[in-house]
Amino acid sequence: MSANSEPAKTVFQHRQSAHCESGVISSLLHYEGIPLSEAMVFGLSSSLSFAYIPLVKINEMPLIGYRMIPRWILNGMKKQLRLPLRFEKFKSSADGRKRLDELLDQGRPVGMQSSVFFLPYFPENMRFHFNAHNLIAYGREGNEYLISDPVFNAPTRCALADLQRARFVRGALAPKGFIYYIDGPVPKVDIVPLLRGAIKKNCFMMTSVPVPYVGCPGIRLLARRVLKLPAQKDLEYTRRFIGHIVRMQEEIGTGGAGFRFLYAAFLQECSVLLNNPRLQELSLELTAIGDEWRDFALHAARMNKGREDLNLPLLHGLLMDLADKESALYKRLRKAV
Amino acid sequence: MRPDEVPQESAPLFEGQRKAVYVVDQDGHYQIVQSGGAEAEVTVTEDAVAWFAKLAEDAHQRALRGEASPLEYHMFRLRLDEPTLASAAGLWRWRVRRHLTAKGFAKLTPALLERYADALGLTTEQLKTL
Repeated sequence: MSANSEPAKTVFQHRQSAHCESGVISSLLHYEGIPLSEAMVFGLSSSLSFAYIPLVKINEMPLIGYRMIPRWILNGMKKQLRLPLRFEKFKSSADGRKRLDELLDQGRPVGMQSSVFFLPYFPENMRFHFNAHNLIAYGREGNEYLISDPVFNAPTRCALADLQRARFVRGALAPKGFIYYIDGPVPKVDIVPLLRGAIKKNCFMMTSVPVPYVGCPGIRLLARRVLKLPAQKDLEYTRRFIGHIVRMQEEIGTGGAGFRFLYAAFLQECSVLLNNPRLQELSLELTAIGDEWRDFALHAARMNKGREDLNLPLLHGLLMDLADKESALYKRLRKAV
Repeated sequence: MRPDEVPQESAPLFEGQRKAVYVVDQDGHYQIVQSGGAEAEVTVTEDAVAWFAKLAEDAHQRALRGEASPLEYHMFRLRLDEPTLASAAGLWRWRVRRHLTAKGFAKLTPALLERYADALGLTTEQLKTL
């Protein structure tokens, strides 16, 4: 799976993926003639995670994440593959636009960070103020950019003014016109020897980081918080809180269960590449865990809507069980590689 | 997740779009299929949309009575709240809180109006209109 020295550059091809950042990098690599799947990109950069950080609030709700922070995948892939991946940020939006146009006119696809809210091609009711969305521009025509947004099924277009606004919003995770592109020949890298380290690193982050907010301890912390919910604030808050857990899990791009499936798909690829059938078993186990996350989300969503009676001990139990199963899985995974 | 567990029908929320999801086929192999939106995600996203819509409607009523500013209405209508608006406009929260009142809004300088309009993606005229 290593790169040819002179990979044939073809026309840019849109590829739909479950998560934006891994999808963008996978598409850019495909364009360079390196066919790494989205799952491989996700796993190789050790991006599976869980974080529950009560002190950081989004719309009055605590931060809950099911993967590593934005740009983790970009930086991870750059390091792992020794990619000549160039990052640029801009102080003025005019400069940002000029540079993007310049790169596109050279015929390069360019990845970028943007807000979701100001992208008109997003369905109206899926537009929220999340500023770390990733997409690719692969050309321009008149006042429009040709856009390949990895979470959509087909390439689309975006007017210049709209993309400018989306690239230069202020606020949390402000993109500041952040763009990235592969600049120069991609070195030959054999990924097989990298897999073991990437898996071990991810296992470490899920089980052994010495703060209570991250990995499996974070899931337990959230579980205990859920149990304490009705005592604090009103029932409306409780209802919104459990809805929020699911929103962070399932909304836009992929979510908690989605990331588990993505990592399971990665383990399956590893099982073949490393010729290790144990990894295939663990992949299926992680799939079962992902299904349990989906089950949790369904219960929580129904309770949020009142289609099911509010049952916080049930949600607490499911989360605790997930934490136990995940931590047991990572321990075995660490031994398997 | 199995391929037959993926909803085929595109939820109205998605406006005909489909998301890519990972499923396992009978042989235990992973593949990507398109999903029209699962119940859980559709439910909670609609709920979040409804939450902002309710706040916006409430602010609209109060603004019509002169108890709130058009800024508060537009903020909720465009799915922002006080802390997110403050960071999007690059202002302190206590200032934003003051500008959200009808009285504070009336005193806004053209420069600050411009700043809010810009953060919300509106013109100053739109910002002042209910």
